Amino acid sequence: MITLLSIILQTGLLLALAPLISGCIRNWKAKLQNRRGARVWQPYFDLVKFLRKDMVISEHASWIFRAMPYVLFISTLLAGLMMPLVHVSAPLSLFGGALAFVGLLALGRFFLALGGLDPASAFGGMGSSREMTIAAVAEPALMLAIFTVAITAGSTNLSQMLMAAQGPTWKLLNPAHVLAFAALFIVLLAETGRLPVDNPATHLELTMIHEAMILEYSGRYLALIEWSASIKQLVLMALLVNIFFPVGIATDPSPASMGLSLMWFLAKLLAIAGAVVLVETTNAKLRLFRVPDLLSAAFILATLALLSTFLFQ
Amino acid sequence: MDLPSPTLLLQIALCVYGLGAAGSLLALRREKMANLFGFGCAMVAACFGIGAGVLGLISGPGDARAAFELWPSLIPYLQLTVKLDPLGAFFVLIVSFLALALSVYSFGYVRGFYGRKSVGVLAAFYNALLLATTLVFTASNAFFFLIAWEIMALTAYCLVSFEHEKSETRSAGVLFFIMSHIGTGCLILGFLLLFQAAGAQSPGDYGFDTFRTLGDKLSPGRRDAAFLLFLFGFGVKAGIVPLHIWLPEAHPVAPSNVSALLSGVLIKTGIYGLTRVLFDFMGTPPNWWGVTVLTIGTISAVLGVLYALMEHDLKRLLAYHSIENIGIILMGLGASLMFLHTHHPVLATLALIAGLYHTINHAIFKALLFLGAGAVLHATHTRNMEEMGGLIKRMPKTAFFFLIGAVAISALPPLNGFVSEWLTYQSLLQGFGTTDSLVRLMFPLSGAMLALTGALAAACFVKAFGITFLAQPRSEQAAHAHEASPSMIVGMGVLTAACVFLGLFPTTFLRLLEPVTQQLIGQPLPAYLSRADGWVLGNTQELGGTVSTVGIALMGICLLPIPLVLWLLFGRRARVRIGPTWDCGLRGLTPQMEYTATGFSKPIRMIFKALFRPRREVQREYDYSPYFAKTLRFESHIEEAFVTRLYRPLNRGILRFSRRMRGLQAGSIQAYLIYIFITLVLLLMFAL
Repeated sequence: MITLLSIILQTGLLLALAPLISGCIRNWKAKLQNRRGARVWQPYFDLVKFLRKDMVISEHASWIFRAMPYVLFISTLLAGLMMPLVHVSAPLSLFGGALAFVGLLALGRFFLALGGLDPASAFGGMGSSREMTIAAVAEPALMLAIFTVAITAGSTNLSQMLMAAQGPTWKLLNPAHVLAFAALFIVLLAETGRLPVDNPATHLELTMIHEAMILEYSGRYLALIEWSASIKQLVLMALLVNIFFPVGIATDPSPASMGLSLMWFLAKLLAIAGAVVLVETTNAKLRLFRVPDLLSAAFILATLALLSTFLFQ
Repeated sequence: MDLPSPTLLLQIALCVYGLGAAGSLLALRREKMANLFGFGCAMVAACFGIGAGVLGLISGPGDARAAFELWPSLIPYLQLTVKLDPLGAFFVLIVSFLALALSVYSFGYVRGFYGRKSVGVLAAFYNALLLATTLVFTASNAFFFLIAWEIMALTAYCLVSFEHEKSETRSAGVLFFIMSHIGTGCLILGFLLLFQAAGAQSPGDYGFDTFRTLGDKLSPGRRDAAFLLFLFGFGVKAGIVPLHIWLPEAHPVAPSNVSALLSGVLIKTGIYGLTRVLFDFMGTPPNWWGVTVLTIGTISAVLGVLYALMEHDLKRLLAYHSIENIGIILMGLGASLMFLHTHHPVLATLALIAGLYHTINHAIFKALLFLGAGAVLHATHTRNMEEMGGLIKRMPKTAFFFLIGAVAISALPPLNGFVSEWLTYQSLLQGFGTTDSLVRLMFPLSGAMLALTGALAAACFVKAFGITFLAQPRSEQAAHAHEASPSMIVGMGVLTAACVFLGLFPTTFLRLLEPVTQQLIGQPLPAYLSRADGWVLGNTQELGGTVSTVGIALMGICLLPIPLVLWLLFGRRARVRIGPTWDCGLRGLTPQMEYTATGFSKPIRMIFKALFRPRREVQREYDYSPYFAKTLRFESHIEEAFVTRLYRPLNRGILRFSRRMRGLQAGSIQAYLIYIFITLVLLLMFAL
């Protein structure tokens, strides 16, 4: 019963909070660039607008095109349910840990890329090809950074990893964790399509990656895709803040501690969103073939993190 | 009710395969008869084989597992002993299950050969190959094992060269033949080393039971030599890098049902051999064995998938993926050997079942993908992906099955590829704590390489599925493709169901592996492997990672109402319109404007330029303005570094050597007599 309740609550939290983070990032970016920017609530209005709009579906598209938004949305939500957000044990922690989390995100990406290829447009193919390439180069760094934490925690279960971080031996400036955090932050930028890897605001055909793939989507399909993208961003940020800064996360299910934990969680999320904004406004987009250099730097960082668990245990 | 004895079922299966082989040769002139009889026999035999495999795994030790003589041998020192032990039974189960699905598929598939090629010959060799492979897995005597091994290689050669009118097929067949025999040569030497160590006297000493007692009695030097010989010999068959060059040549040119058998089962005989020898015969392994196997596995996995990405021949692409998956299997086996060295039997068990589970999973999804490729080939008469496209509308069922296979091989939840890679990750991660030496870093690093492999495989199958089945047809043949025949659909459907079953209910199946781990490591399955009544898969620790693919799938279905409710709340009035794809204001898109398979993999080609060394030629002709080319010719080509750097020079060296040696064979009898005399003197000196 408690599990059911926590599943419903966490689903609600994911759905409700994700657009807000996207909105904050957009608003703050505009502020830093001396623009007024849209309100932080704008993504919610966008979603409702998309849901209401008519759809145009390409005549070349098959059922893959129609199934993709649902597969993406649900696999991202499932991944989100495996991530502990405000309570130390995630609702679906028994159903899968870090590996299933990465696997579910990959499943969504697989279908997203197929959806890009389906309408027979060259833009979609280009976007799919680039998305899969970047994901392939980011994956080893992501996994290795997760492995480093998993090895210290002794489990790939995300809740167990958090539980281990609650222990007395946990240090904020553990060198392994600092390096792994740096690696994961770079991966976060790549996976969520942020500058300097991809420009979320562009519609210039030759530079876009994520936008190119979903160029043919409209209406409620587009709403689902955009929503999934912001949920994915939320859960990846949650991975960073909760695993590396497990401050204030609730260990008992009482409403008071959950409320406090939620406050902490929001504060940490906004802090990391601020970091993303800073990176985005101070960096130019990299050429596509410079991105692997950035991601191999992330891989090197993760390897160093691993080495330092070996050295400073 | 008493269960029938597994050996009896095995005997029936072997007889029926033999009957099928002989019968289809007799019916050479009557194609339909040969088809029905040959593949019908294989199908019936496969059912008995499945029974033998399952019962061989679940029935306890005792009479059921007794060895028997297949045939009273007339040759001294040769005993045709067959024994169905758990490891053999597991592989018999794999080959029989695939044989069942492939035989059903073949009924429809080989109709394409009517009037063109002899179906009887195909069916006869197909049965003979299945017979030989089943014998390889059950032979319990080294001589007999080698004979079965050789029959298997020869029948496989005949099947690879089935369409021998094409020169491509002939050269692929010869390459397969040569590589396979180099491997067999190493195996013979390896077994001879073991014989010698056992002090072989009586015919019984050639049996596997004798080798089993060898264990630590072998001297370290001899043991290492035997390890290297077996690794090379079985490695050729498994297709490990750098011994893999025959695989992407030979597997694609065979008829697709045979390709599925070759990639699904035949390369697994190498895995079987390695498991049998390393875990069953050789005692506690030194550390460097495990390190070597794990390294080779990692390299094979990464290079296999990278070369697969560069292919736009659908069947060659799949063949390269076999190299990748053999690598993943070897990662499990290598880790298991390392754990055996450090005396962590529970972890060794986990790693071993990860490897074995990936063996059966790969057999199933790779066979499924080859059958899908076969259906596409049947419909479009080309293997070139650049000429396909839009097939999902013309062959929807095949497309669906291929998609399931693609998701499974890309290790995406909730299908079977994900589960076995999950087990591999778990064993690799726990390996970090088993030793204090620097070797422990190998575990997470090869885990990271496994992640790279998985992500690249996903990229590759987005390409394979997307370019082949989605968007507009790129050629006339693709536009007029037709759905596969019902028997082919059923064949693929069986394998798809198996993919889903093995993905959703791993704990149910893994229980079958318990006798195998008991036999090889003397350990039951890890205690926390199956949790929550088998709904959740765990690892060896109470607080370790868990995964429940069936839970994920069910939860996904439960979440499905959310988007539907959103639609009902907001979008009920929204209409759906079918329109043209955005064409930037041109007058309609043509298939030529679509992204190509070569274009899709271009970023990866550029990133790994140092490895691929792509050769490209661009020729432009201009009229008057340098901005508008009149004609443009583009050529790009990739050759494997192993072929150009390793095999070609080796080949040239051998040819040069043989040319030199030709001088000895001058044709004069006097000279030959002198050679004989010198040899005799040398032998006498050696003997005295």
